[in-house]
Amino acid sequence: MRHTISVLVENKFGVLARIAGLFSARGFNIDSLTVGETEDPTVSRMTIVVKGDDKTLDQVKKQLNKLIDVITVKDLRKKNYIDRELILFKVCYAEKERPKVANVIKKSGAQILHTSSKCFLVQMVGTQENISGLLEQLVQYGIKELTRTGKVAIVKD
Amino acid sequence: MKLSGAKILVESLRKEGVDVMFGYPGGVVLPAFDALYDAPIRFILVRHEQAAAHAADGYARATGKVGVCLATSGPGATNLITGIATAYMDSIPMVAITGQVKTSLIGNDAFQEADITGITRPITKHNYLVKNVEDLSLIIKEAFHIASTGRPGPVVIDLPVDVQFAETEFHYPTDISMRGYKPTYSGHAGQIKKAAKMIAASKKPVIYAGGGVIASNASSELKKFVEKIQAPVTMTLMGLGAFPQTHELSLGMLGMHGTAYANYAITESDLIIAIGARFDDRVTGRIDAFAPDAKVIHIDIDPASVSKNVEVDIPIVGDAKNILIELNKIVKSPDTDAWLKKVHEWKRMHPLRYNHEGLKIKPQYVVEQIYEATKGDAIICTEVGQNQMWSAQYYKYTEPRTFVSSGGLGTMGYGFPAAIGAKLGCPERVVFDIAGDGSIQMNIQELATAITEKIPVKIAILNNSYLGMVRQWQQLFYNRRYSNTKLSPVPDFVKLAEAYGAVGMRIKKKEDVRPAIEKAMATDNVVVIDFIVEEEENVFPMVPAGEAINKMIVLDSLLA
Repeated sequence: MRHTISVLVENKFGVLARIAGLFSARGFNIDSLTVGETEDPTVSRMTIVVKGDDKTLDQVKKQLNKLIDVITVKDLRKKNYIDRELILFKVCYAEKERPKVANVIKKSGAQILHTSSKCFLVQMVGTQENISGLLEQLVQYGIKELTRTGKVAIVKD
Repeated sequence: MKLSGAKILVESLRKEGVDVMFGYPGGVVLPAFDALYDAPIRFILVRHEQAAAHAADGYARATGKVGVCLATSGPGATNLITGIATAYMDSIPMVAITGQVKTSLIGNDAFQEADITGITRPITKHNYLVKNVEDLSLIIKEAFHIASTGRPGPVVIDLPVDVQFAETEFHYPTDISMRGYKPTYSGHAGQIKKAAKMIAASKKPVIYAGGGVIASNASSELKKFVEKIQAPVTMTLMGLGAFPQTHELSLGMLGMHGTAYANYAITESDLIIAIGARFDDRVTGRIDAFAPDAKVIHIDIDPASVSKNVEVDIPIVGDAKNILIELNKIVKSPDTDAWLKKVHEWKRMHPLRYNHEGLKIKPQYVVEQIYEATKGDAIICTEVGQNQMWSAQYYKYTEPRTFVSSGGLGTMGYGFPAAIGAKLGCPERVVFDIAGDGSIQMNIQELATAITEKIPVKIAILNNSYLGMVRQWQQLFYNRRYSNTKLSPVPDFVKLAEAYGAVGMRIKKKEDVRPAIEKAMATDNVVVIDFIVEEEENVFPMVPAGEAINKMIVLDSLLA
């Protein structure tokens, strides 16, 4: 099962290594990890998506909390948060399919950032479900060079 | 007034009450050593940095204070690693200071450069690379605070040479607040109430006490608790000394080489009250057969230890001493008469025993005689292997901080330098290192330290000319194929002791054991006694790896 954990950490040298090291040393699997400064420049927020059962998740949270540079650990398991991911990729097409491909992209709310003779460079921001939905529709045309940020999440109220 | 980083280091250590430290000099720590030259801190120059970390650790275990060690960058710092990892696994408060190449060279593969904060990250409670001299005093304050509070542990401060030279105003912070570090000390009142209720309703309770009882100085509260609820107590290796083993409710140590009666009691109990212990695999054996009918109350300061290996019914996070004080106020005694009768019967039927026959000295006999001769009043340090297990089984510890041994990491070569640290911390006590002929050779160079610094520790080598514990496994599980465990010819330890300026004795006969121990105690010098013991003696009981803890091998037969 996948869990999303939101972690506030001291914005200090080596923090990412401490977190990454903890996950590898204890055999926890990271699906994705994003990190960036918050409104307080001394604090960064990490959004970590982990795979594991409840027992593993319990240990992940407790072990994260033990790190001195970790300020709070929040397990976003109820539906009271919003999450988004950004993805950039190139989708290629045969000339006659071009309008069809462009239409699929447009309908999904994604944007075409750049067009070359055989490919569109596409950006999409959305939930992971939306993004997967778009990719499923486009996979038949040939997707190459895909990069995604991993999930960021924030609590609603 | 402006002070250099090196001077700030020394002044800050003084403010933390440090009066002894262990270490070894080198290029990038020259400024720090210069500042130490006329500082009122006793500096113990070891002969290998690993010993500095172990000695600081032994000092910390024997006194409860933070142990401090200092080494240079690169190889000096990497030599500390085993000692830091040892302290980490056993939750020992330690501050290890390492020199580092100057900040402008960090990352350049400079001479004697190693990424020591990177290397020590998984084996420290926290670590620091000091980049500005202005941060130094606060970092030292934080390091001591982190090392000694909550679940204690080692903290590394990596100090580049240019930061030691740089100057700034010195103000030592009086208090600190760290938003990411706030250990819980008092237990949740509701949980304590629930625990008291569960205890009162139990019929077959067992208290399982670990090193956390010693770390929180909770021994007298534990004794009160035990006597109040009339439950038997078993201890982990780290918990030995937390409760007097001479007490009729003591079951001694449990687990792989624990007493049969402790393992039976745990297996049959209906309630385990774990205090400052972490259900380590050497304790639980096969986890699904561990105390199958028991509910579990777990008192621990580290929330991550709770429900990690064993599902817990009532977790109480906090300091063992505080929680026991609260629990003692409200707990009502369950009726344990029938249970205690059964436990005492197990004790009578399955005592610790060994075969006394044969011409050679039995290693267990040596440990018993050390116990008798010291009247149980010594600090016993051990190495790792058979010597460690016999020291745990045949010496009855009655006070906390009298058994000093590497439990979690199982570090050979730990005992002798730890004994040096323990003796410095407790100069009035007799300190023995009970060693094997294998492990003593891992840090034997420290004879020079002990002699030079006049630290009269006593070393009892149980010399069976094997790596005994590994040989035992080879005998029992590898069809006696003694692959690389025979150490003979072992060096002449008597001559070796004498070469360093210590007193050496070789004992081959049973009747000479006690007089030799007494002579060692009466000698105001470092003494090495080379006890030539039965070569293929085994540690029993033994729970084979991965087996349930009530399935023990006892004196060559299987007891189920």
